[in-house]
Amino acid sequence: MRMLIILLRKEFQQIFRDKSILPLIIVLPIVQLLIMPLAADYDIRNISLGVIDHDRSPISQELLSVIGSSGYFIIRSEHTSYQEALGEIENEKTDIILEIPASFERNIARLGGDEVLISANAINAAKAGIGASYLSTIITGFNSNIKVNRLRAYGLEPVPRIDITSSSWFNPYMNYHYYMVPGILVMLVTIVSGFMATLNIVREKEIGTIEQINVSPIRKHQFLMGKLVPFWIIGIIVFTIGLGIAWLVYGIVPKGSIGLLYLFLAIYLVAVLGFGLLVSTFTENQQQSMFVAFFFIMIFILMSGLFTSVDSMPPWAQWITRFNPVTYFVEVIRMVMLKGSGFADIRQHLLTIIGFAIFFNGWAVWVYRKTS
Amino acid sequence: MISLVNISKTFNRGALKALSGISLEAKSGELFGLIGPDGAGKTTLFRILTTLMLPDSGDALINGLDIKKDVTTIRSKLGYMPGRFSLYQDLTVDENLKFFATLFGTTVRENYAQIRDIYIQLEPFKNRRAGKLSGGMKQKLALCCALIHRPDILLLDEPTTGVDAISRKEFWEMLARLKADGITIMVSTPYMDEANLCDTIALIDQGRILSIDTPGNIVRNYPRPLYAFKAKNLYRLQQDLRLHENIHSCFAFGEYLHVSFRDESAVSLPVMAKWLEENGHQEIILKNQTPVIEDCFIDLLKH
Repeated sequence: MRMLIILLRKEFQQIFRDKSILPLIIVLPIVQLLIMPLAADYDIRNISLGVIDHDRSPISQELLSVIGSSGYFIIRSEHTSYQEALGEIENEKTDIILEIPASFERNIARLGGDEVLISANAINAAKAGIGASYLSTIITGFNSNIKVNRLRAYGLEPVPRIDITSSSWFNPYMNYHYYMVPGILVMLVTIVSGFMATLNIVREKEIGTIEQINVSPIRKHQFLMGKLVPFWIIGIIVFTIGLGIAWLVYGIVPKGSIGLLYLFLAIYLVAVLGFGLLVSTFTENQQQSMFVAFFFIMIFILMSGLFTSVDSMPPWAQWITRFNPVTYFVEVIRMVMLKGSGFADIRQHLLTIIGFAIFFNGWAVWVYRKTS
Repeated sequence: MISLVNISKTFNRGALKALSGISLEAKSGELFGLIGPDGAGKTTLFRILTTLMLPDSGDALINGLDIKKDVTTIRSKLGYMPGRFSLYQDLTVDENLKFFATLFGTTVRENYAQIRDIYIQLEPFKNRRAGKLSGGMKQKLALCCALIHRPDILLLDEPTTGVDAISRKEFWEMLARLKADGITIMVSTPYMDEANLCDTIALIDQGRILSIDTPGNIVRNYPRPLYAFKAKNLYRLQQDLRLHENIHSCFAFGEYLHVSFRDESAVSLPVMAKWLEENGHQEIILKNQTPVIEDCFIDLLKH
């Protein structure tokens, strides 16, 4: 125990002396949390729409004003031909073209319907897909209103129809920040603690100080604990700062128990630090360990369900996500912060992450013993 | 006391023989020197003695303790100073010293007497970061850190490599004082001139011991008379001498060439001088030369 305190004191002396690392620990989460959730916004707005209105009738104008007032589209330009509008798409100035045929109003009046053309620029697949479906929804809504109005004009009862009203549970306003901020917090904690521990141990190898430690009577597990504990503490500090920003800037307050969140964090950090330790035992210098850690953490984060939903991944990818510790924390933090899940709900996650912690640390200690 | 019996170590699955059958003994309170060029296996030997590495075969005892079994006990009795400066560069002189003292379960105050002579020179820089010290000061700090737990045995791997001449001299004076305190010291060096400062030396090359003896005996056992030759054009002198059929060895040594003959009876200095003059050499000086360790080393390498 006394040995551990000595090692910790030395470790903190070094961390506090490093002029770049400390601001990094504080500033990094703040900047990331201020920028990332705003940028990683799936809510697609400001889709620029090119319109070719061959009809120019009251009804086509009405349709356009409905689209314009939806808030999602900006009617950027009106064209006289499809070719002209396509030119705008080629110049990346327009995302979607809406072409209204010349006989639009007449066909609606006489035949009871007509077709409009929607062409979307699929270079940005998300924008094209979501934009086109927004547009169809607006037109469909417009469509049924025409029917109702026309039936009323003829003095007939409207045809019965089903109105769909949806409500988003746990995030009633479908605010993407609610969804992204906790996830990004997980990413930050993973990166900061995972990388720092790895690099720190490898640096001791690089400058040869590990040799001086190895010839002393200190035990290996004491040395490893001395390395893990400081970054465990830093991980918790980073998480706390992040939680503060989530509350101050985004107004996100955990629905569930904060204690539960920290309990999971505490074990999760042990797992991530164990992973870092493992990388450091297999690498000889900071460059190697940086690349190896970067490779895995990148995969961990991209396949964690943070940015893309795990449920929409192909089965083999879903299978991989089960071997990814980040997945579990992303799920847990969203469950606890947004849904207010309790201990019973995350028990399985907790057990899994304990498994990860034992696996990574056990393997790392085993390799470390063998090599020196 | 350090005793090694038949220590062998290979790397790259046997492709590289670092040490082949090293046996030696360093008595208690002795200053033992491992002398050999880079790549002779000196560092590997130290890594085995410090329990950082296991030998492939052979036994090593340190104060009667087996390096394979009594690892923890040995570590508390050893002071090791690696060839490369490996203290915490971002910690100050004092912080490094305190850290290593506590690592060995002691305090600087408790063992201050052990390091006082050396530490006095470091004291003005005690709040300076280790990384910002000069080369000589770094060596002194490393030595302090290796001594702070009062080790019985001090292992120094090339402590004077890359250190200026004055600091080297000071360093050896410090070693002499430590020896007087009764510490067994094993030191490696590629500098042959430092060999004379040791009690016993082992000449090592390519993982083998060429000779173990006191420096005096090694020099005395040089098998033939040695001469020093000098002329205006030293390079041409060496070229010409190497073509002479009676020359056994001829090596540049400062401003002289150290020369020995195959058949001492067939040649004399005046005869050689005449022969050289005939070959157009000027300002010829020929004289007897007492062999130094380096001559012995070169001679042993030839066998």
